[in-house]
Amino acid sequence: MNLDFSDEQNQLRDQVRRFLEERCPPKAVRAVLEGDANHDAALYGGLAELGVLGAAIPEEYGGVGLGHLELCVLAEELGRVLAPVPVASSIYLVAECLMQAGSEEQKSAWLPKLASGETIGCWAINEGSGRMQPSKISARFENGKLTGTKSPVADGAIADIAIVAAREGDGVSLVLVDLSAGGVSRENLNSVDPTRVQTRLRFEDAPATRIGGTGDGWHIATQVMDRAAILMGFEQLGGADRSLEMARDYALERMAFGRQIGSFQAIKHMLADMYVSATLARSNCYYGAWALATSAAELPVAAATVRVSATTAFQHCAKNNIQTHGGMGFTWEYDCHLYYRRSNALALALGSLSTWESLLIERMSAGNVEAAA
Amino acid sequence: MDFNDTPQEAEFRKEVRSWLDANAPKHLEAELKRASFGSSGLTSEDPIKAGKAWQKKKADAGWACLHWPKEYGGGARTPIERVIWGQEEGVYSVLSGPFTIGHGMCGPTVMAWANEAWKEKLLPPLASGEEIWCQLFSEPASGSDLAGLRTRAVKADDGSGDWIINGQKIWTSGARNSDWGLLITRTDPDVPKHKGLTMFFLRMDSPGVKVVPIKQANGASGFNEVYFTDVRIPDSQRLGAVGEGWKVSLTTLMNERLSIGSGMSTGFPELFRFCMEAEVDGEPAVADSNVRSKLAQFAIKQSGLKYTGMRAISALSKGETPGPENSIGKLVAGATMQELAMFALDLQGESGVVWDEDSPQNGRFQAMLMRSPATRIEGGSDEILRNIIGERVLGLPGDIRVDKDVAFKDIPTSGKQKK
Repeated sequence: MNLDFSDEQNQLRDQVRRFLEERCPPKAVRAVLEGDANHDAALYGGLAELGVLGAAIPEEYGGVGLGHLELCVLAEELGRVLAPVPVASSIYLVAECLMQAGSEEQKSAWLPKLASGETIGCWAINEGSGRMQPSKISARFENGKLTGTKSPVADGAIADIAIVAAREGDGVSLVLVDLSAGGVSRENLNSVDPTRVQTRLRFEDAPATRIGGTGDGWHIATQVMDRAAILMGFEQLGGADRSLEMARDYALERMAFGRQIGSFQAIKHMLADMYVSATLARSNCYYGAWALATSAAELPVAAATVRVSATTAFQHCAKNNIQTHGGMGFTWEYDCHLYYRRSNALALALGSLSTWESLLIERMSAGNVEAAA
Repeated sequence: MDFNDTPQEAEFRKEVRSWLDANAPKHLEAELKRASFGSSGLTSEDPIKAGKAWQKKKADAGWACLHWPKEYGGGARTPIERVIWGQEEGVYSVLSGPFTIGHGMCGPTVMAWANEAWKEKLLPPLASGEEIWCQLFSEPASGSDLAGLRTRAVKADDGSGDWIINGQKIWTSGARNSDWGLLITRTDPDVPKHKGLTMFFLRMDSPGVKVVPIKQANGASGFNEVYFTDVRIPDSQRLGAVGEGWKVSLTTLMNERLSIGSGMSTGFPELFRFCMEAEVDGEPAVADSNVRSKLAQFAIKQSGLKYTGMRAISALSKGETPGPENSIGKLVAGATMQELAMFALDLQGESGVVWDEDSPQNGRFQAMLMRSPATRIEGGSDEILRNIIGERVLGLPGDIRVDKDVAFKDIPTSGKQKK
């Protein structure tokens, strides 16, 4: 049994961690939070050069051809530093969708550009408030044209292409839209986490091509989001771990009543509970990484397990990181709120926690009771 | 990443399987599967007798105490082989329950601190299950604060060098069936509490030892009180120097936390099965969104513990020491089991209060509800475990200890006395 990353994968982690420590300090995240830019383009270019974007994309499509385990390692590092770049949208979702269901032509046209960072993709499924379901999709795809509104779309403001879920006949199809080809308007939305821009995309007879068969859209999207949930789970894990470290460091440094506050059991036990949820999430994430890399039959259960566990852990650690910092944690100046924002934004991306809790049990009960042991 | 054995591990597993297939007491399998909460599930045979028979059979074939050296009756196997054995032995390991404390804690302490003659005398019959040991540590007034114990050991005034023991121990598992006990005592009340302790071992049939079962809050009696009235112990049965008992006890307690890969039960598989069968408002319980949310949160704990165990096994498989992540096991399992039991009763509605054979799964969840408070206390309370994670894993400072440099006899013993 080997439920762990290899030495090579851990070396890759060290290399990317050093790169990100230098190129993505908190001030780089703040530049996107406070400035006009919607992402850190220089950082994104650097990640492309390093091979991060193409890690799981085959060499024949311009990638590095490492694999999904490597991408999991990289995702965790991106999550640790809250990298303000569209890797989740462009790589975990759009590139993944093309690899899973794209035609040869679509893959050849877009995967090399996604790997090089020249093209940014976004994932435009959701429409309006409430849990996403096929019946709620009202965007329409007819005669090669897409009409409808998608909101919120992460990284929609900076994307060059979008994969959109749209009604076609009686079913839902996925279509690919070149956002520069006309018929598209964009409007940025305020959000709880401005370090990942949210956008409303309006399509009016925008030219689009279908990915996969007519009416297969929801099925493909589910598969893609399961895979992305595992990768995003690693980002959440990185964020949870970093939040715990920040809280631990502060508990060691801050004095009150003549003692380090970490010596008070109220603080110590809160941190121990953060460690517990982060550890559970890590172990569940490793299970997910295995399922993702081997495309195991239990991938849907593993994905939902990762999603629920990692979301729970990141939210838990990020909110208690603020609590440990006391009043200082609620200042704009301290970085705690950056993690709090991201934890709550990621908790909703790909569908909310309660949606995934429900999916997990639905999938476990559809399988067999063995899955519970 | 993979869940496969290495070729050597697979070879070993094959060997274990074929031995178990030929030797396991299969006629007891169905009963053992009903085991829960300290009960072996056995009704057709005496659990101690059946346990001793199985342990002896294992010992004769070299499968007892795999982590011990061969000269003391062990198997001298690697940690990963021990894990594989445990996976394969499965339900039959319940039979070895009476020996868990002896094999896991008392034996390693004797091995570390006794002289060669004692080791040769004591360890082989412990390994083979011919003799049972218990651990006499906790007292009514010292649980988490073990070093505050009060059982006194005083040198006999007859020049024999023997020690005379007076006091009381509590929460001693298996004391009724034990041949030997590992006993920590106070030999010097005039020095700070950690410095005045001394460790001994003694026959449990020594004159003056009285074992009384405790009637627990759940009505069962798995634990005992052990009273000592002028019990005489020869000085040759002392482990470590006089005053060094705390250091000796750490050997025991370290071993308590070394059980890896055993995977503590949270009760989730049982709850999930119940929710597949039970109904809420005429629909299957698993279709209810509230039920799903609760179940999902239990599920990630169950799987998180399972894969945490597998990460530890992965480290062992590579010949490495597992990381600190295993320290979460009992903390998560205990609290989860209690919440889960309450939820299972909630789903039963007003009938949840009924605890009999007709209750779902023969009243398993009611039993779980009533036993789970102990899981959160025994072998290190939730609070002690959080301290351990906070201090040893996260590196936070220890609490301020007001009794640290005070002579034991001057430490206040009751909050009421202060008034």
